[in-house]
Amino acid sequence: MSRAVYAFEPYNVGRWIIWSLFAIVLLAAPWVFKSNLAHSMLSQMGIAMIACLAYNLLLGQGGMLSFGHAVYTGLGGYLAMHALNAVSAGSLSLPVSLIPLVGGAGGLFFACLLGYVTTRKSGTTFAMITLGMAELVSAMSLMFSEFFGGEAGVSGNRVAGTPFMGINFGPQIQVYYLIALYTFVCVALLFAFTRTPLGRILNAVRDNPERVEFIGYNTQHVRYFAFMIAGFFSGIAGGLGALNFEIVTAEVVGAARSGAYLLFTFLGGATFFFGPIIGAILMILASVLLSELTKAWLLYLGLVFLFMVMYAPGGMASLIMMNLRVASFGHLRRLWVAYVGLGVLAVIALLSAGAWIEMVYHLQLNSALGPTLKFAGMTLDALSVRSWFGAGFVLVTALGLFELARRQYRRDWDEIQVQIEQEIKRREAL
Amino acid sequence: MSIASTRQATDPLAAGLSTPALELKGVRKQFGKTEIIRGVDLQVQQGERVAIIGPNGAGKSTLFNLISGRFAPSQGEIWLQGHRIDGKTPYQVNRLGLSRSFQITNIFPKLSVFENLRCAVLWSLGYRYTFWKFLADLDDANDRTEALLESIRLDKRRDVLAVNLTYAEQRALEIGITIAGGSTVILLDEPTAGMSRSETSRFVSLIREVTQNKTLLTVEHDMGVVFGLADRIAVVVYGEVIAFDTPEAVRANPKVQEAYLGTSGGEGGH
Amino acid sequence: MEFVIISTLNGLSYGLLLFMLSSGLTLIFSMMGVLNFAHASFYMLGAYGGYTLSGLIGFWPALVLAPLITGALGAAFERASLRKVHVYGHVPELLVTFGLSYIVLELVQLIWGRVAVEFQPPALLQGPMFTLIHHPVEGLSWVWGAAGALCTDSSAGAVVCSPFPATRGFVMLTALAMMGSLWWVLARTRTGLIIQAALTHPEMVEALGHNVPRIFMLVFGLGTGLAGLAGVIGGSTFVTEPAMAATVGSVIFVVVVVGGMGSLAGAFLASLLIGLIQTYAVAVDASVLDLLEALGMTLSAAARENSIIKLTVSQVAPILPYLLLVLILIFRPKGLLGTREG
Repeated sequence: MSRAVYAFEPYNVGRWIIWSLFAIVLLAAPWVFKSNLAHSMLSQMGIAMIACLAYNLLLGQGGMLSFGHAVYTGLGGYLAMHALNAVSAGSLSLPVSLIPLVGGAGGLFFACLLGYVTTRKSGTTFAMITLGMAELVSAMSLMFSEFFGGEAGVSGNRVAGTPFMGINFGPQIQVYYLIALYTFVCVALLFAFTRTPLGRILNAVRDNPERVEFIGYNTQHVRYFAFMIAGFFSGIAGGLGALNFEIVTAEVVGAARSGAYLLFTFLGGATFFFGPIIGAILMILASVLLSELTKAWLLYLGLVFLFMVMYAPGGMASLIMMNLRVASFGHLRRLWVAYVGLGVLAVIALLSAGAWIEMVYHLQLNSALGPTLKFAGMTLDALSVRSWFGAGFVLVTALGLFELARRQYRRDWDEIQVQIEQEIKRREAL
Repeated sequence: MSIASTRQATDPLAAGLSTPALELKGVRKQFGKTEIIRGVDLQVQQGERVAIIGPNGAGKSTLFNLISGRFAPSQGEIWLQGHRIDGKTPYQVNRLGLSRSFQITNIFPKLSVFENLRCAVLWSLGYRYTFWKFLADLDDANDRTEALLESIRLDKRRDVLAVNLTYAEQRALEIGITIAGGSTVILLDEPTAGMSRSETSRFVSLIREVTQNKTLLTVEHDMGVVFGLADRIAVVVYGEVIAFDTPEAVRANPKVQEAYLGTSGGEGGH
Repeated sequence: MEFVIISTLNGLSYGLLLFMLSSGLTLIFSMMGVLNFAHASFYMLGAYGGYTLSGLIGFWPALVLAPLITGALGAAFERASLRKVHVYGHVPELLVTFGLSYIVLELVQLIWGRVAVEFQPPALLQGPMFTLIHHPVEGLSWVWGAAGALCTDSSAGAVVCSPFPATRGFVMLTALAMMGSLWWVLARTRTGLIIQAALTHPEMVEALGHNVPRIFMLVFGLGTGLAGLAGVIGGSTFVTEPAMAATVGSVIFVVVVVGGMGSLAGAFLASLLIGLIQTYAVAVDASVLDLLEALGMTLSAAARENSIIKLTVSQVAPILPYLLLVLILIFRPKGLLGTREG
């Protein structure tokens, strides 16, 4: 008898709550963070979320590591910008709010074009091909100045065409809400994709590409379609970026941006759907705030990334989920003291290491300003032994204590895992 | 002693159809300078159960790889239900109605048991690269998957990630994935490898159940399984089929005794 | 004629430099399955290290010491970091080296600054290795070293002198010597045989009692040391700047894919091919437009302004390796001499 007749699936309240919360956060964020800088950052975060989620379609869901994702966001951006300029010139009658879809079409087109060759291989070779493609497009951006606008890029004015109900997208807040709308819809669509046959087969291709061939699917076609879908959403992100900044330059297709997408998607967590959302937020925070705070931010980024890959390859999302699991079994109470301790020691160690790094950077780059610099509320003298020794002493002590605390934490964690496993077995037997 | 050998005579399917389910004509395969398969001719009738036995390195897995499309033969022809399949890709062969399992378990580790099976039914139900429908709404796929789950007796482990299953459960899932698409010709590569006595006998009855009315080829080393399951046995030695006959005939065949079962006069099953 | 000779030699020397780099990369990939994204970073470290050391102890000792230090750093990285992610698979390994490339770039900029440094080749290698002299009357001849007065003497008419830099010649020499010793070590010594075995059957080699993790560390150190050697030579011949890793990095990945992942011979072929293509392309200043006009076709004013047709070959030169990559992927996906499906 068909299971559907007898099955009772309770209304998935949890899912509705989460999506509603997401919508509320998107709507209310600019009212909580009121400054211009905050609005600009929120806009950028929305764009980054779409771009990173599209990237994770390939990485986390398809097992395809791409070093050239910016090609599709960037080319989508260029196409959108040209469309915007056509609207301004009157030769194209399209509402400005639909310009990102032009970007999406552009991303889809280029993914279709370049993706055929790119998805012919998998694994490491695929990664290298994406790198080559990214270099190709990047180098071409200096050659075809009509499309790419040469060194100056292509700029435009998002206040174009006829305003709709008084909305002309001049003020940042209007752009933000447009971005928020697109973000919500795109996130929902990308989530829906994970629940379709193609989405599931894509997961299967990630897990065992060879086996997929033996259940009737052409693995290359699966990858190619996924590539195109990711390209479409990337193009939308690029189009939104074009509207937001009103200029696209060669850096939008550059290696640095592709690297950033990879870095932060991985940092956020490629194994969970919401990981890239966290990654996108971190990406904007790092590139806007952290880069202002210190010149060494890329170094810190590289180090954090390195440690993430080594010790938490599932990213922040996996760390959150693991702790949620521990909490759901009621054991989180035992760990929070350890977390606080580890956190404090880590911060101290990072600050002292940071002091060293900042002093070196200061000597290297700002020597004209004299040897003293401000760091973490203190004044350091980059040329005095005392500053170096002091920072070093604090660093070594903090690291030592951290290691001790970590070992204890590790013991507690493993014990808890065993207890959880036992509890699961007990529940299964019921 | 197998009662399955009498099945064939009374099976209307086998009596009515003249096209063999699977046919190999003069198949050869060499890797570099070494010839692994040195001229194999084989005809498997509809609904037949054939066991392929032979010493290690005889080329049994290679034969499976050739039939299922993993490799292309260097020479010869392979026909499936009247279609020529040598040189075709694995998915092309699968779409024509042939499925195989693997000696080393080849499942989708990060998907649940249910998802593993559902993936395997999708193509045969016509859901190609569909991204505009939700999996949860595909009633036929979900129903078929549920039925499969029950038939391979993994319904209690429905939502467990495949990587967390026991070895025997993984082998059962492996078979489940193989038969999920409804293929009429099933190839099982050492399905009971690494199993204990009791697990093996349970597994064999499972295999018998799920491959009813299908054509089955299975590579096996366990003689008890072979003689209990097979209608005919093909003995492969050094890339050639030296005998292809009913179990009793194979047991009595002197060439086989010499090459494989030992010259002590047909030990056969345990 | 001398243009062809000099350009071919230049192309070969650049190609051999690429091979020095891509051979280390291929070795590490064949051996451990990990594509070292930071390989060009070790190239850069070798260059900068060579620069600093040659300022302290002279070029020739630096030529020996800098690669050793670079190799040691590579081995240390393998031990400390790469080994830990080995269990997670190939993608995390690639990502770890990716992260390393960021870190190395920042550290290099931190220590040596963001502008190019003047890494001078030693006195012995300054100046030309030989010079081709095209005399209008006597034809083509060549002399060792610089031609000196012959070139400036314009009494006999236009004498064209084409010098071939000694640094380039040294690149070729070192590359060939490196190839030879690499082949010898791999094929003729016991360590080499063990490495070859561990290439395809690491578990078996470990079961035989060899310390496979240590072998991996040695091979990684060897590969990065070779990159460091290429760095000392490349840095003194071409340029030593923070961007050098990025520029050469993507080219060597193209080399490895075009040659066929895991094939040393393929990497050799692809390196030379790309070296020659790029060197010739940079020197050719013609465009499709010129070609069409030479064929006698006249185009309208609008067509002549078309940016694509106006592009000269030298302007297109930077993307030629990547175009080659695309072509190879379409027509011969496993690479020129590829053995394994990557």
